[in-house]
Amino acid sequence: MYCIKCDVAIIGGGPAGLAAATSAKEEGADKVLIIERDNALGGILQQCIHPGFGLTRFNEELTGPEYYGRFTDKIAELGVEVMLNSMVLEVNDKRKEVICTNSEYGLTCVQAGSIVLAMGCRERTRANIVVPGTRPAGLYTAGAAQRLVNRQNIMVGKKVVILGSGDIGMIMARRMTLEGAKVVMVVELMSYLAGLTRNRVQCLDDFGIPLKLAHTITRIEGNERVTGVYVAPVDENKKPILEKEELVECDTVLFSVGLIPENELTSKAGIEINRVTNGPLVNQYMQTSSPAVFACGNVVHVNDLVDNVSSESEQAGKYAARFAMNKLPDAKKEIKCTVGRNVRYVCPQKLLISDEAEKISIYFRVLEPELNVTLAARCGDTVIAQKKEFRVNPGEMNHIVIDSSKLTGDEVTVEVVKED
Amino acid sequence: MLKTDVVVIGAGAVGCAIAHELSKYKIDVLVVDMNEDVGGDASKSNSAIIHTGYDAAPGTLESQLVVAANSMYDELTQSLDVPFKRIGAILPAITQEQFDRLPEIKEKAFRNHVYDVEFKTGAELLEMEPNLNPEVKGGLYIPRESIIDPFIFVQALAENANTNGVEFMLGARVKDIKTENGKIKSVVTSCGEIETRYVINSAGLYCDEIAEMVGKAEYKVVARKGQFYILDKNTSCKVEHIVLPIPTKVTKGKLMCPTMHGNMLVGPTAEDQESKVDKSTTSAGLDSIAADVKNLVPNVNIRDTITQYSGLRPNRNPEGLHFDMYEDLEGYINLSGVRSTGLTLSVAMGKYVVQQMMYHGEELELKDNFISERKGIIKFSEQTPEVQDKLIKENPLYGNVICRCETITEAEIVDAINRPLGAKSVDAVKRRVRAGMGRCQGGFCGPKVIEILARETGRSTTDINKNNPGSYMVTGTTR
Repeated sequence: MYCIKCDVAIIGGGPAGLAAATSAKEEGADKVLIIERDNALGGILQQCIHPGFGLTRFNEELTGPEYYGRFTDKIAELGVEVMLNSMVLEVNDKRKEVICTNSEYGLTCVQAGSIVLAMGCRERTRANIVVPGTRPAGLYTAGAAQRLVNRQNIMVGKKVVILGSGDIGMIMARRMTLEGAKVVMVVELMSYLAGLTRNRVQCLDDFGIPLKLAHTITRIEGNERVTGVYVAPVDENKKPILEKEELVECDTVLFSVGLIPENELTSKAGIEINRVTNGPLVNQYMQTSSPAVFACGNVVHVNDLVDNVSSESEQAGKYAARFAMNKLPDAKKEIKCTVGRNVRYVCPQKLLISDEAEKISIYFRVLEPELNVTLAARCGDTVIAQKKEFRVNPGEMNHIVIDSSKLTGDEVTVEVVKED
Repeated sequence: MLKTDVVVIGAGAVGCAIAHELSKYKIDVLVVDMNEDVGGDASKSNSAIIHTGYDAAPGTLESQLVVAANSMYDELTQSLDVPFKRIGAILPAITQEQFDRLPEIKEKAFRNHVYDVEFKTGAELLEMEPNLNPEVKGGLYIPRESIIDPFIFVQALAENANTNGVEFMLGARVKDIKTENGKIKSVVTSCGEIETRYVINSAGLYCDEIAEMVGKAEYKVVARKGQFYILDKNTSCKVEHIVLPIPTKVTKGKLMCPTMHGNMLVGPTAEDQESKVDKSTTSAGLDSIAADVKNLVPNVNIRDTITQYSGLRPNRNPEGLHFDMYEDLEGYINLSGVRSTGLTLSVAMGKYVVQQMMYHGEELELKDNFISERKGIIKFSEQTPEVQDKLIKENPLYGNVICRCETITEAEIVDAINRPLGAKSVDAVKRRVRAGMGRCQGGFCGPKVIEILARETGRSTTDINKNNPGSYMVTGTTR
């Protein structure tokens, strides 16, 4: 078997892997290698040809390719090595080895000082959410349709219903409209939007595409190609009210019903997975339960903005490099980071306390939309960080920065406090 | 006009098994099917079990054939390179009423000459299957109940028959059967007329319509829908045996078992319906599966489902497996009432049909060049690292993983398309190599499979179907 040695091996050359690679190199790791299954770097951003990326990070509105272009330029400049067309089959965290296929070299073993998982996520499917009916052609996840349209220049249909108001769904509503398709409606089970508000405005409202909140698709019709879907409102328990079911004709249904971190390799390696995020449990260094393995981006938790992925991944790259060089801070103690009122999950879930004072960013998502709230982190009864927010909602990531020197006890809790 | 000796109508399990058996003899055979792919309808969407026949009606043709067929699978699947596992079935009795019925079920098994059925105590069953309902009072163990990938099996039969000279006419609908002086003359299809001496009606759901064409409409076929769930390989609650409910007077009930690929299969429902094409799933049906199976395996996690589907079994009215030849219609062989045991008994039926042809005067001579061995598509993911390395070096397409959920390489997909009776559609690829059958259900590999199919078959992407004509995947190019 072909063998390669490196200091930091990064699995995945999407935005997470690219950011981790730059910071690992800048931190001083000598040989940094990105292992990518596609024939090009950039990951899913390659098919995100719309603008809206980089507003926080670069203060500019970039397209997906422009955004990752900044990173690919940088890794070239820094001398990060890249193996394309290489699918990782196994991560052996004890031996710090990654086994992958490569058409040119055959089966390849990468031996590393540390490993960064940056495999991203995949889409939930029609079957995951159990939409009954037939199984005709014309049912696509929004991302698969986006790939066909934007990377393969292939149109998937002419009359479209979209289930789920996730960002990719809304962006595809606009994209399909621009390509001449009729988007009949976007149907959302929840009574609120799943994605970013700006996408609703720019992708639906601006094109007059109706958004049906608190509705769902109850069944799919058509034997060969989809001919229509039944749409019904749902009650407060999200059960469809079948008496109000209506047939909506279409030849295509796109599903934008959520993303799931892709952790097959992680689970196979026995690394601990969080049941809420479906990603590995990490500390503020983005280190998993296996010390030599770090993780970042959507493989850890599904982010709303790539800008957040980049900064989180820079942490992972930085500390993976330090681990490989044996320079990770000495942890004096580990404390838990837990969820409080109206918080669905937090990331990281563990914090290591060392002598090094740090600013630690804790990312989290809320359970329910709320207005006029305070985001707070507290140890016992002591609030150690807080900030006011006019609005929080589950589709948008929140974050709070805490000062490691203020942490006391065994636990820090993040919560959303409602203002009176 | 095309000319052959035998036209087999229907490329499902029974049709392909008959064709496979006939391919050992010096006789020309043509299999006609309205679908674009072999594998039939009911034959590819069922419980994927090779039965022992323990619960058949004793003394019937069905009992004889199922019981005889079971023992043929070890050797046949070996020579056809089809994965097959004898995992055994258990019938746990949860209630006292069910427990009291066990002797009767065991006695019936004996009357079917299935003598290896054993009684197990509740504790023994829980040891065999820790996820069973802890209230289990005892039950039966049927060791030779087995699992198989039904499509792969039928495809292998068809492919091997094809290698041995059997022709297939796919996507051809039978419109009429012409007879002359009480003899079969020809079969008229949407793809032309075929002169033939024999017609074997193994058209499953449609066998009544075929029978009507020759004036032998003695029965009707009603479609009985069975809905299923497939659960993720990583689901938290799995079983290692086929876990069957104690049947009631009304239904055989819903089971849970592993598939050949490590997923869990849960179902089916049994719903009679008018339509022979409506294979939709329903929330009522799916909900009933979850509720019923929880009695057997309380912790089954239906939320781990990666897909749901339904199949239609051809339910004969009046009931029962029938093999018919007619004195006033020479050359016509009618098979009807092939139901849930059809997959199992297909191979015995193949032998039975050939025997009956000989008995009725057909002089069949064995070929001396019959090729019994078939090699399946190499599964990259199941090879050792050394073999994987070697495969990639011999054919770099093995290094290109297309389906990441199931680790299916481009080389496997190309093989599936280019081998005899190869895949022409996205679903046909999926059935052969499982690209798109994993947890993302083709989200990542679907677009790539469309491109590979277009490239390998020299068609435009707009001509690539999901399965049959009309199921186009894409509509054209972007602006």
